[in-house]
Amino acid sequence: MRNYDEETLAVLLRTLPAAPTAWVKAAQEIPLARRGLDDIVERARADRAFREALFRDAENTLGEAGFEHDPGLVDAVREHLSS
Amino acid sequence: MGVAETDAQLVARCRTGDDDAWRELVDRFSRYVYAIAVQAFRLPEADAEDVFQEVFARAYQNLPKLRNDAAIRPWLAQLTRRLCLDTIRAGAREQPGELPEPTGVDDTIARLDEALYVHEALATLPDNCQEILDRFFARDESYRLIGDALDLPAGTIASRISRCLVKLRSELEGRNPVPAESGG
Repeated sequence: MRNYDEETLAVLLRTLPAAPTAWVKAAQEIPLARRGLDDIVERARADRAFREALFRDAENTLGEAGFEHDPGLVDAVREHLSS
Repeated sequence: MGVAETDAQLVARCRTGDDDAWRELVDRFSRYVYAIAVQAFRLPEADAEDVFQEVFARAYQNLPKLRNDAAIRPWLAQLTRRLCLDTIRAGAREQPGELPEPTGVDDTIARLDEALYVHEALATLPDNCQEILDRFFARDESYRLIGDALDLPAGTIASRISRCLVKLRSELEGRNPVPAESGG
């Protein structure tokens, strides 16, 4: 069995630095992207009325735009709009 | 201190469409995929980012086809390796004569496997130990920065690190090493 002394542990902990935060976030949002997040964010950037409607009531605005009820998607849209 | 969910349990939750499980899976393996791309294959940052995103996009797409949920790590390693090679080959076509694959890839991935094993053990330690060890070793933060972030006197950081390393060692000694498995 490997001897995990302090020096060995230090080396192994240093071996795996964190991936860039933005990369991780983008990968974590893959399911949301598949459900339309990218399109919604792009439309919100291009369409002021749509963007303002999302700010007022994201859930109903998405419903009216044809998206199924999806709390995760609503939260992600709100987060993108506020960032 | 928490008992970490196994890889198989996490993959099973992902299959149910649980967004939180997917976020956790990305979080668990992001360092590993990143390290394979930049350490084993020495890809430049822009290429590494493309590979990183493609690995997780394909993993998300193909997760239902994975035959052994517990084999997610070697499966991701293999996928990352293949995509890194594709990237290098694509570059080599533009610059004929260059070697298609760096040397020592197997050794580097074996080292990363062991490092991930240690990180998994780290994930079972109390939150304060996880944070202090990660900040000091993986993020290379100074005692002062860690002390400021965690609201601790900088003079106590070294002894805390030492105590947490003892806990980590104890956790590792209570485990059986996980052999490499073949993926989906």
